[in-house]
Amino acid sequence: MSLREALESGKFVVTAEVAPGKGTDVEHLLEDAAVIKDRVDAVNVTDLQSSVMRLGSMAFSHFLTEMGIDPVYQVTCRDRNCLALQSDLLSAWALGIKNVLALTGDHPVLGDHPKARPVFELDSVSLLDVIGKLNSGVDMVGNELKGSPDFLAGAVVNPGADNEAALDLQIMKMETKIEAGAKFFQTQGVYDLDAFEKFMKRIEGFDAKILGGIILLKSVGMARFMNKNVSGVFVPEPLIQEIKAAEDKAQASREIAVRLIKGMKDLCHGVHIMALGWESKIPAILDEVGL
Amino acid sequence: MIIAEQKKLTEIPGMVAPYRKILLAGCGTCVAFCSAGGPKEVDKLADALLSENKDIIIEKTTTPRQCAEKFIDRLESKIGDCEAILSTACGNGVQAVASRFRDKPVLPALNTQFIGVEKEPGIWTENCMACGDCILWRTGGVCPVTRCAKSLVNGACGGASEGNCEVSKDRLCAWQEIYHALKRLNQLHYLKQEPQVKEWPIHPGKVVREDLREGEATTGD
Repeated sequence: MSLREALESGKFVVTAEVAPGKGTDVEHLLEDAAVIKDRVDAVNVTDLQSSVMRLGSMAFSHFLTEMGIDPVYQVTCRDRNCLALQSDLLSAWALGIKNVLALTGDHPVLGDHPKARPVFELDSVSLLDVIGKLNSGVDMVGNELKGSPDFLAGAVVNPGADNEAALDLQIMKMETKIEAGAKFFQTQGVYDLDAFEKFMKRIEGFDAKILGGIILLKSVGMARFMNKNVSGVFVPEPLIQEIKAAEDKAQASREIAVRLIKGMKDLCHGVHIMALGWESKIPAILDEVGL
Repeated sequence: MIIAEQKKLTEIPGMVAPYRKILLAGCGTCVAFCSAGGPKEVDKLADALLSENKDIIIEKTTTPRQCAEKFIDRLESKIGDCEAILSTACGNGVQAVASRFRDKPVLPALNTQFIGVEKEPGIWTENCMACGDCILWRTGGVCPVTRCAKSLVNGACGGASEGNCEVSKDRLCAWQEIYHALKRLNQLHYLKQEPQVKEWPIHPGKVVREDLREGEATTGD
């Protein structure tokens, strides 16, 4: 079943993600993908995440299609102008990639080439609009395409925006993204189900599928790092203490993920699991949740 | 106004090293207001260069604006046998002077930063990128093209933290500023709009006003 079919079926959808590394070695990533292949509906491939130069998302998305996995090709607007973005989208479709996640992208200053010139000619919203145009058979200036894609387009939203203005802006932008063609959203990592429930209430009636973000907590240090440095991610202190007190940290991490996914089953349409190298732990988590 | 900063004193002596005598030309408008290239800074820079190299001869002058022909003309009588002009104008002034005195090297003593304002004493911030298509009427008087690090025109990214931009905690998220301004003005509805694509100008820019081209040409002022 493709991601599109899974979302349309009404089932609780599970996506995961893999992050290409710096260099041409993809063996370990292919192994990670193989482990989760039969357990998830799609696998995202990140696009130079955190603005660090790496192997590209299109190539690895294509490898996933060859393995029989439906990839979600992540595309940011940081590194390419509108010519390159449209061309890459056509290329991706030609390579068998059917889902795109449209992102604005982090600023280069956050990555390992901090002096790189950012592009941001398009952003997540205008990129969605352009994907819609390509789907309809024309490029963004109206020129006809000879053969056109039929992408399923998605986007992200940050339900944990840390103040009223930021959250209002996220929700307004979410509406604009839906109008621009986003059919599904994968959220930033969620650790507070009450806050997530409030967020879901606020967006009640929005015409898009919401996949709640699950980031596997690998250590206390990682939790504290995210609290300090990752916008919209807040790991409550009790969860940090739970990891700290556990003899088997991986087991505690799995238990937390299981609780969060179970909690989300009644709140949204699926989950997006960001395992950050712990893909091998995903099947056991899904077993426990019953997915 | 145009905000500039003086180049490091490690860079300027190298630029002027080939010349025995230079004209150090200050500019009396923007760069004087931002304390980078007015008469006071000309005096200080001359002293600093002389302390590095006591053999150099420095003539000093400041003209009200180095970007206007009639004020550039005033430099003519000062040049004399100077072999080069060290200008403390912005990049615009340096080029205007260079195009007027084609047989003299014109050297920039400043790094031109941006169009901005003095936020508080000693702090200047960028406000305008001269993008050629002003949308301030629907962004609460806060320019996202300039003040958002990604020049986003369709709303905030998800990177802000505690109201600050993801690129630096000492910069406010422009979109949160826009939000607060529009809320104050009861104009939050401006945030709901069709997807926008910013059209960037082609450089070098050129403005042609046919209505002003009749009769005698005016330049620079």
